[in-house]
Amino acid sequence: MSLTKGQEMTLEQLRPGETAIINGISTNGGDEGDLMEMGLTSGTEVRLIKYAPLGDPMEIKVRGYYLSLRRSEAKAILVERVKREATGKP
Amino acid sequence: MKEQVKAAPHTQVVKSDFNLALIGNPNSGKTTIFNALTGLRQKVGNYPGVTVEKKTGLIESSGGYSIRAHDLPGLYSLVPKSLDDKIASDIITGRASEIEHLDVVVVVIDASSLERNLYLATQVVEMGMPVIVALNMMDAAESAGIAIDSEKLASQIGAIVVPVVANKGTGIAVLRQEIFKIVEGRSLREPKGIRPPAEIKSALKPVRDWLAANSELSEMAIRFAAVRILSSDKALGCWRNPANGHVHDNYDDLVTRVQEARQELDEQGVSWSMLETQLRYQWIDTIYATTVCKTREHELNRSEKADRILTHRILGPIIFLLIFGAIFQSIFAWAEIPMRAIESGVAWFGSVIAGVMPDGVLQDLIVDGAIAGVGAILVFLPQILFLFFFLSLLEDSGYLARAAFIMDRTMRSVGLSGRSVIPLLSSFACAIPGIMATRTIRNSSDRIITIMIAPLMSCSARLPVYALMIGAFIPGVVVMGIFKLPGLILLAMYLFGIVAAIAAALVMKRFVGRNEPPSTFVMVLPAYRRPSMRSTLIQVWERAKIFVTDAGKIILAISIVLWFLAYYPRPQAEMSSSQAINQSYAGQLGHAIEPAIRPLGFDWKIGIGLITSFAAREVMVSTLATIYNVEGADETSVTLRQALINDRDPNTGKPVYTPLTAVSLMVFFALACQCMSTVAVVKRETNSWHWPLIMVVYMTVLAYTASLVVFQGGKLLGFG
Repeated sequence: MSLTKGQEMTLEQLRPGETAIINGISTNGGDEGDLMEMGLTSGTEVRLIKYAPLGDPMEIKVRGYYLSLRRSEAKAILVERVKREATGKP
Repeated sequence: MKEQVKAAPHTQVVKSDFNLALIGNPNSGKTTIFNALTGLRQKVGNYPGVTVEKKTGLIESSGGYSIRAHDLPGLYSLVPKSLDDKIASDIITGRASEIEHLDVVVVVIDASSLERNLYLATQVVEMGMPVIVALNMMDAAESAGIAIDSEKLASQIGAIVVPVVANKGTGIAVLRQEIFKIVEGRSLREPKGIRPPAEIKSALKPVRDWLAANSELSEMAIRFAAVRILSSDKALGCWRNPANGHVHDNYDDLVTRVQEARQELDEQGVSWSMLETQLRYQWIDTIYATTVCKTREHELNRSEKADRILTHRILGPIIFLLIFGAIFQSIFAWAEIPMRAIESGVAWFGSVIAGVMPDGVLQDLIVDGAIAGVGAILVFLPQILFLFFFLSLLEDSGYLARAAFIMDRTMRSVGLSGRSVIPLLSSFACAIPGIMATRTIRNSSDRIITIMIAPLMSCSARLPVYALMIGAFIPGVVVMGIFKLPGLILLAMYLFGIVAAIAAALVMKRFVGRNEPPSTFVMVLPAYRRPSMRSTLIQVWERAKIFVTDAGKIILAISIVLWFLAYYPRPQAEMSSSQAINQSYAGQLGHAIEPAIRPLGFDWKIGIGLITSFAAREVMVSTLATIYNVEGADETSVTLRQALINDRDPNTGKPVYTPLTAVSLMVFFALACQCMSTVAVVKRETNSWHWPLIMVVYMTVLAYTASLVVFQGGKLLGFG
């Protein structure tokens, strides 16, 4: 599947090294408030740094700090990709 | 502004009547600042009825008064996510009766991640109390290319801002001066806050009225608290049940008012969900834009560079294993030397006392009951000191969060998170420091489950029992060409403990915290930094002190009870030590439980051992030695092994113990909670008798059932 710039996707679908802008958090289970309080609000830039050795959780950079969250939590975060680095590696 | 008026008028300062709260994000350096302000004049306890640790200390002023400082649990928002958060949030928002009145609040901010830290800081400023913002880690911010204009920041949020570098002590003197100025009523700033649209204000009038009638909050604080309640159900829920209070009588009325306000706004097409968060981050973006000057752009962060290796796909887990391998080596092997020294020191002290005291009950009580009991407490100190020295260094350096990051996926398969891995691994050395290390688990049900399964890890105290049984009954045959059977059995016992722990965790997950939302793993990976030796030593000292004073009391009391059971009734003069223990209460109990443990393959001698070894598992060995009249034997004693092998049932003439009995006994010891110190430390860490009792019951039932299955099953299959 090739994703073009601007297409709606979730944070979980980003690849390491990619940057995206948050579009919103889908409400499932009431945790969206917790993520927003950590600074994951609409319009904020996030970068996926890497996945943990077993592929989960993931590490992102947001508002100047590093945050670890599970893939299941990242699925709730809607993003718009802004650029992809040439290698796709962290 | 009620709060401020209350704080200001102390022109004549009264002694030690001031309260200061330290609040901030986890890893913001809050505790380092607390240590710098209070030194060693600290007290650690628990908040009543909950597991959350309460830390207070005294700040002395030159003006002849002192300020009581409260180090609140770290949190990210006044909308709490855990019990720890709730305690801190309740104190700041005046829902808790813990602290009568706060005179000054110090919000500690990590300057290198200013935006996230400002979220909590601005919430606290809005509560209308006199606030000082300690802008910590200015050095880290500068080296990351972030220059902060602290004066501008102060005027934008309406609080005093003091730049500090806590682990180097920079700025602490200024912070101290600002604290004194505030309590002496010499310094105040007009607090600023978020600005909700006008429609929100009018819709929230009934909610504000409720808060005015049902809380002690100032007018200003009420305005912001109302917006928070409107924005999130979690924030609303906080008013239902303060952490250590009863359900609010008028809570239902508040819910109705909030629902009406939300409906009204829905009709007007005004969005209210997470409104506070939206508005706050918008405001923070403005503050950030005007107070921060980025001197360098997009330079690769030092921590990110370090993580390329430390959380690398392959190197990460290897480094993790190496670091923890080294730590266990230290607890397992190095701690052995001071532990032996303590044991012989206590024994020497006992003999000195025995020499100066007249023979009799009192001498025996003091030497064999009290002094031996104190020895049983002190002997854990080396392990606790070693583990907490390393854990504190790792936590402060930021590595512990990475360890949790690496191990989260593995631990999730048993329903826990990466935070549980270190307490559980530590428990292979000893469950005592392992259970004490569960403090870093933020999710309370994860923490309870980790505490409950930690004693299933095969600790070092089980080794003497395993060694005796394997040495006596397991033949040294070679299996599959390369493995020796004794070694394989020992390995099997370790694996058995792990399997039992996994099963127990999966079962407990169904009962503990089933009403709570599933545990999330939103965890900040703090920037790596050099840990402060002073903070580390204070933490180690604190843990040791808590163990000795809180858990120690219980250990001492149980020691004396166990002494009493083995000491009374007094034997006749001509009795041997074997006959003496046989006719004691412990001996009688051992005989009494024999019918119950027969199906497991145990006789009354093991029965006595099960009772005495509640002191500590390895006591089983010395008890058996006493019963068989083998003087001064340990698990390697050939005489004791032979005595066990040669023991015959007087009626049938058959051996009392077989290899099957040995396996059954090892299985029992792998699972049973034969350790009074574990019980004592669980009581201390969970702040109730509820969990330690459940632990003893579930582990004993588990051990009994497993041994029963092993022994009876083994007999059916023709073993033994």
